[in-house]
Order: sequence, then structure tokens, then C-alpha cells
Amino acid sequence: MTSVALRRPARGVSLGPYVVAGLILLFLGAFLVVPVLKVIQVAFQDPGTGGFTLVNFQDFFNSALFRQSFFNSLYVAGVSVVIATVIALPLAYFTSRFNFSGSVIIQTLSFVPLIMPPFIGAVAMQLLFGSNGSVNLLLRDNFGITVPFMDGLNGVIFVQSIHYFPFILINLSASLHNIDRSMEEAAQMLGSSGLRLFRKIVFPLAMPGYIAGASLVFVKVFDDLGTPLLLNVNTMLAPQAYLRISSVGISDPMGYVISTILIIFSVFAMWVSFLGMRGKDYSTTQKGGGGIARRDLRPHEAAACYLVVFLILGIVLAPHLGLLLLSFGTVWSFSVMPDGFTVAHYGTALTSAGTFIKNTLIYAGLAGLIDIVLGTAIAYVVMRTGVVGRKWLDHIAVAALAVPGVVLGIGYLRMFYGIDMPGTGQPLATWWGIIVIALAIRRLPYALRSCTAALQQIAPALEEASENLGASKFRTVRRIVVPLMAGGLVAGFVTSFATAAVELSATIMLVSSENDAPLSYGLYLFMQSAAGRGPGAALGVMAVLIVGLATYLSHRLVEKTRRDRSTPENSGGHR
Amino acid sequence: MNASTGWTPGNAAVGAAISAIGIEIRDLGLSFGSTEVLKGIDLTIEPGEFFAFLGPSGSGKSTLLRAIAGFGPTPRGAILLDGTDIVGEAPWRRNVGMVFQNYALWPHMSVAKNVAYGLNERKIRGDEADRRVRAALELVGMEAYAERYPSQLSGGQQQRVALARTIVVEPRVLLLDEPLSNLDANLRVQMRQDLLKLQRRLGITTIFVTHDQEEANTICDRIAVMADGVVQQVGKPDDVYDTPANSFVAKFLGTANVVEGTVGRDADGAPLFRAGSGLVVPLRAGEQDGPAKMVLRPQSIDFTDGTGPDSVEAGVVAAEFLGSVIRYQVRVGDQDLLVDERHTRGVARRDPGETVRIRLNHDQAVLIRA
Repeated sequence: MTSVALRRPARGVSLGPYVVAGLILLFLGAFLVVPVLKVIQVAFQDPGTGGFTLVNFQDFFNSALFRQSFFNSLYVAGVSVVIATVIALPLAYFTSRFNFSGSVIIQTLSFVPLIMPPFIGAVAMQLLFGSNGSVNLLLRDNFGITVPFMDGLNGVIFVQSIHYFPFILINLSASLHNIDRSMEEAAQMLGSSGLRLFRKIVFPLAMPGYIAGASLVFVKVFDDLGTPLLLNVNTMLAPQAYLRISSVGISDPMGYVISTILIIFSVFAMWVSFLGMRGKDYSTTQKGGGGIARRDLRPHEAAACYLVVFLILGIVLAPHLGLLLLSFGTVWSFSVMPDGFTVAHYGTALTSAGTFIKNTLIYAGLAGLIDIVLGTAIAYVVMRTGVVGRKWLDHIAVAALAVPGVVLGIGYLRMFYGIDMPGTGQPLATWWGIIVIALAIRRLPYALRSCTAALQQIAPALEEASENLGASKFRTVRRIVVPLMAGGLVAGFVTSFATAAVELSATIMLVSSENDAPLSYGLYLFMQSAAGRGPGAALGVMAVLIVGLATYLSHRLVEKTRRDRSTPENSGGHR
Repeated sequence: MNASTGWTPGNAAVGAAISAIGIEIRDLGLSFGSTEVLKGIDLTIEPGEFFAFLGPSGSGKSTLLRAIAGFGPTPRGAILLDGTDIVGEAPWRRNVGMVFQNYALWPHMSVAKNVAYGLNERKIRGDEADRRVRAALELVGMEAYAERYPSQLSGGQQQRVALARTIVVEPRVLLLDEPLSNLDANLRVQMRQDLLKLQRRLGITTIFVTHDQEEANTICDRIAVMADGVVQQVGKPDDVYDTPANSFVAKFLGTANVVEGTVGRDADGAPLFRAGSGLVVPLRAGEQDGPAKMVLRPQSIDFTDGTGPDSVEAGVVAAEFLGSVIRYQVRVGDQDLLVDERHTRGVARRDPGETVRIRLNHDQAVLIRA
């Protein structure tokens, strides 16, 4: 057996890797670390004297509005986690424990929510579930009751939980799949069955995955700006931060206090998820494991499973359905269905939103490009060089996950408003390029993950062979590493591109004129007026289609590369 | 890894309530989809017996064990525990103890919690549960590790906890699924003796699944050799070894020369085995004529200097040094035979190509007619 050193000893290394690492660090420092630190600093700064103070936080908690917003955000995030769990738990359990032909439907369709940002569906959800929406009209006419699905915070909770439950589903499913069947059989042998078995053995073993998913949902909901804004719920933290900065101005300390609170909760949730995962790799390494236990369903059980699955999927796909109806409907108000159907909205959308679409393609494309270049460089420096402290590049880049978009936006405004663009004299913060950079920073963790995964699959011997034949480090990376990583790079690009295309929270802070606005901002504007809803929905449908198609293609590409690669990888000296 | 096992099943008060029961398996069949994994198994296991299912992977031995515990698809046929058919009964109602190959200790519970689990399921809590958990852990020499977690234990320790967890509830029978396969070689030898002592002390009817004939032979009262979902032979280990029912059993239990040929008569009308290669072996009187196979263990063939009537000339093909013996591959005509010679210090090996004479101890030979 030969073993392959994953990292070569880098004694007497050239300066090259250090230069690359330095450039990356400079970029991350200027556009991630310093703006965020600046935001935190301002939160603790006396507006008058500039000295350190806690008075801003005191002011924050003395204000009834801010206290209300704080508790509303906690409440909405907490309840969203609970509801997302209720949705995800049965789906994860059915797919991992039963031979259930609905599993494929669940796996495919439950990812659909993720390709549409929640704020796009929010308006459609109001038309379907609002107090005068389709469902309540039907309930009122037939049973004389109404359910306040969409009233105030309920609406935010409803929209967020059906959007973010896949995070719990994905993590929980993975955990359930890793539980060896002997774990459950041992309990059955000792007398456990049914719910007791689930409560005492299965769920505790799946807990790490659940915690990881649940804390992610909590953070996403806690930080989200677009959904509460579109549902007109302003008494939450992120909308308050946005409103303070956009109405009072960038010198108002409250926006910074709120940002700091958002960061604290993000970091806390990531820490909880880390604690949940730490030392709890429950997958068995002994041989003789039996794989996972799946059993066949009896007909009536299968029927019950299908009922639950279709009910859940019906609710989960409601925003998409609503958006589709809205985009084709003429007038839709106080009625179960639109009055009539038309394709005119698509025409309007295409003619009046051309700039938005063009901007989005440019911004998201550039951001995706920056991300894979940075991602490849970071992955390479971390995994294949001996640069001192190289792990920190990775940590800093991933830390972007814990920075809410609103916070990054506020940080950029504060940092770059005073800096003028050379030549034009326009403030840097209002330049469209800064939106691109914000998007790139926010999506870098996703691209980095793809790049790291791709690089892990390349045996270092392949590079060593190239260097052995006389190629320099740079040429080796260009001619061997990058081509072999191509599949992963495309996947990383598409993920960054697709999610950046529908990003709103940082974008909304940084857009200074409608000419520079991307699609998500345009959607937001359209959705503000009753007349704009139809074209807005049409734009939303197009965005969902583009993002969905891109995600699907990148998935296919990664699968294909993995298959093609299987032969050289096996002979790559791993075994 | 902790190598000091040496625990001797103590005098702990575990197993007082265990009364040995018999297991009877009648015409048991089982399929995974269209693949038939068990094909009409009939077996009777006596109360208190230490019984082994021995066979290569894919022989159906683990599937049979799991069927007794109630795992896997529901089989056809009957499994009688103490005279009552349990086929179709849920696993948690059977009170059948099983130790899993990978031990299946729950990583989120301490050793004590793992062991107490089955007691709690039986509504035994508090002092009574504590006392029995302690007794079970004492029995396997793990009382000092009660508050540890499974991940903090070595493989051998995990194995003993898994045993304690299973026997603490005093199951009706004990099923061991390849219990030694995850241990290193030295520990394995120690552990199998400990298992035997434990089984004798508890007096519990025990089934031991293994692919290792040495494990089965050393500790089990009787073995069932399995292949292709069929029980090939049942018996005491030495009986099965000495009188294999077919060439699979002969080869699976130790090394064997299986020579094809026919039984005929010599000039005097005495029975005689003639191999195609020209090898001729005289037989006991009373053997029927017809095609047959002859099983001869390597230790039943000697090198000889004499040119007696039973000796035959052979050529050395290869030699393997096994420590106590040297195993030669020799060729007689076109028949290859394995011959063991006791190794003595200072005696050189015979070289390949050398011409030797060998003598077959024909009273040790076994004829297989199938």
C-alpha cells in the first residue's frame, strides 16, 4: 500500500504562494473583515466624542420599537425553525427508512423552494393565503372560518419556514442515512419499537445533523430582509436596520447596533451548530455494519405517507404556483383565482426590465467569476502549499456566511462613502462595482466549498508528475489542476451566479440608482405596486426558471465529471 | 488497544432466571427479491448447547441468525423456541438476545445507559436496574467503565459491553453474529475462551455465527456447516472434520486432498479406489463399486524411504513453511496432492523437482459418494 502525502513538505518554498495568499488576504480584509469590524466599532462608538461607549446599546433597548423588533425577530426565527422541523421531519424519515416510491419526488421537489428567494414568493403567498386570499375565501364560503396564515409575523414565519425547511431536510436525511441499521435492531432486540425507538435511539443519533440544519434556518430567518419588507412587517431587526440607514442616514448608530446584534446571533448559531457536530461523528467504522434499515410499507401505510407528502409538497410549492398564476393572471383580487389569463405581463416585464436583467447577468456573472478565481486560489494555497497560517484564509472566507447581507451593505456604505472614484469623483459606495464585490464576498463560501471538493479529488501525484517533467508550479496549476477541477469550478460558478442573481439584502442597501439596479431590486420595486405585480411575477418566474435550469445543469455536470473521473482517480495512488 | 482481557466470568448474579431452551428450525426458506438465500433449513439445537453456524460469506448463516432474532424479511417455515413458533413475531416481543458484529453500542449513551436500556424497556428501573447493570458489567469485567462512552473504549471492551447489554435482560437464547471478527488475532483467541466460560456459566442456548472454522471448532458443542443457503452437515466439530459429508465440507474444515476416481475390485475381489491419475488405494471390505471421491488430509500422507506396496513415487512441486509443519505440493501422475511433514529443527526442506516416495494412510481416507 502506498500512501500519498496530501500536502508536500514545503521547505525552502518560493515566494509565489505567499504573494497569492497576501493578495487574497488583502481583498478579504478590505471587503469583508474591515467593513464588518467598522460596523461593530461604530456600534460601540459615542457619536459625539468618538470614544468607546455602550450607550448606543442602552438606547436600543430603551426604545420600545427596537425591543419589539428584537423579540419579533427571535420569535419569528424560533417558530420558523419549529415549523420547518415539522415539515422536514416526516419527509426525511419516510425517505430514509421506508422503501417508498415517493422518495424521489420528495428529494427533487423539496429543493425547489431553495431556487427561489423567499421574498419573490411572498406576494403570491399573500394572494393565496392572505385574509382575502384564495384559501381563506374558500374556507369562509364553505365553513365560515378564516385562518390568519399571513397576518403580520405569521406571514413571515409561514413564508420563511416553507422556504428554508430544505436545510433541515438535507442535514437530517444525511444523518439518518448514516445510522447503521444495527443501532436500531439492537434496540428492537431489547424491546423497543415505534415512537419510543425513534425518540430514544433514532432521533438522538440524527441530532448533530438536525442541529446543523436548524441553526442554519434560524440564522437565515433572523437575518433576512426581503421577506419582511415585502410583507410590510417592519418591526423586525433587519428591516429596522435598513429603514434607519436609508431614512435617517449612515451616521445613525442604531443601524450599527442592530447589525452587531445580527452578527452576534449569527456567530452564536454557527457555534451551536459546531458544538452539535463536534465529536459526534456517529457513523460506524467497524465492519459488519448492515447499512441502513429500510422496510416495505403496507398499502394503508403507503397511502398515509403519500397523503402527508402531498399535503406538505402542496404547501411548499404554493409560492411557485401562486407566482405562476400571478404572472399569467389579469386581475387577481378578492377571488379564488385570477379573473382571466394573459401573457401580456411577460411582454411588459421584458420591455421594462431589460436593464435589470442585463445588470443581473453582469453583476452575478462577475461575482461568480471572482468567486471561482478566489475559491481556487484559496483552496490551492490551503491544501497544497506550506504558507504559514494558510488555514486562516479558509476561515475568513467561510466567515462570510455569518455576515448578514444588511450588515455587509451597511459596512460598505460606511467604509466607502467617503472614498471617491478616481476620475468621476463619484463616491465608491455608489459605484455598481461595489455591488459585484458585495455579491462575490457573500457567495464566496459556496464557491470555495465546490473548489475545495474538486481539488480534493486530484491526487497530488498528478501535479508531481507534471513538475517532474519540467513544468513550473504556475504552469502546472494552469495546465493540470485547473482543467481537472473544471467540473467543480463550473458548479461553484453556477451556485454563486444563481444565488447572487436573486440576492436582495446587500443589494438593496447598495443600489444608488435604478439604472444600476439588478433583477432582485427590480422585482422588489415591481412588487411594491398593484399594477407592477403581474410583470413582477413574470420576472420572478423567469428568474426561477433560469436559476433552476442553471442548478440542474451544474448538478448534471458535476455528476458526469465524477463518473468520467472515476478511472484516473482510482489509479491515482489513493489505495 | 487494551490487550489485557483475562476477565473470568465472575460470580455476579446474572442469568439466575435463564433456563435453557431448545430451538427447532423447520423447512425455513427466505428470499431477497428473486434471490433465494435460505433453502429449506432444518435444524434442532438442544437446550444449553453452544452451537455454530459455520460457512463462507453468502452462505446464509447471518441471514438465518437474523431470522431467529426477527430481522430481515419474514421467512417461510417455522422457528420454534421452546416449542412455540416465533415466525412473524416482532423482534421486540421475542426476548432473543443478539450481539451484533459491529457491537451496535449507542454512541450517545454511556456504558451504563447502554446496558440499562433493555431493563428500562422491561419497566425495571431504580435500584433493581442499577444492581443488575453492575452485575452484568462485573460479569464481563467492565464495571470500572460504567460512565465511559463507547467511543472511549477499545474494540474488545466494546464487545464486552455489548455482551453485558444483551445478557442483562436474561434473554431466552443468545445469538452472536461474527462476534470476534473485529478483534485482533491475540484478543480473538482469549475472547473465545471467555465466551465459552460465560456461556457455560449462564447455561444459555447460544448460536455463534462465524466463517472461521477454527473459532467454531474450538468452542462449539456442535456446528452446522452452511453453503448456498443449505445446511451441508451438522455434528460435533471433530466428527464433521473426520467424516465430511461432501467435498465442500472437507475443504472448508481444514485442508483436504479430494481425489476423484472410481471404486472397483482388485484381482482378489477386494475393494479398491482408482484415481484417474493412476493412484490406487485399497479400501475396507464392504465398499460398493461406482464413482466416488476420496478425502485425504495432508497429515494422512507421509514421505517414506521404503518401496512398500502402499507407497508411490511423486515429484515435489512446491513447499510452504507453516512453522510446525512444511506443506508440500507433490504430483503423482497428473494428480496434485498436499502433504504435511512435521518440521524439525535443522532438517532442510525438500526441493522442488526432487523425486520422493509417499505413502497414503488409507485407513484415514474417507470416501464421498455424492
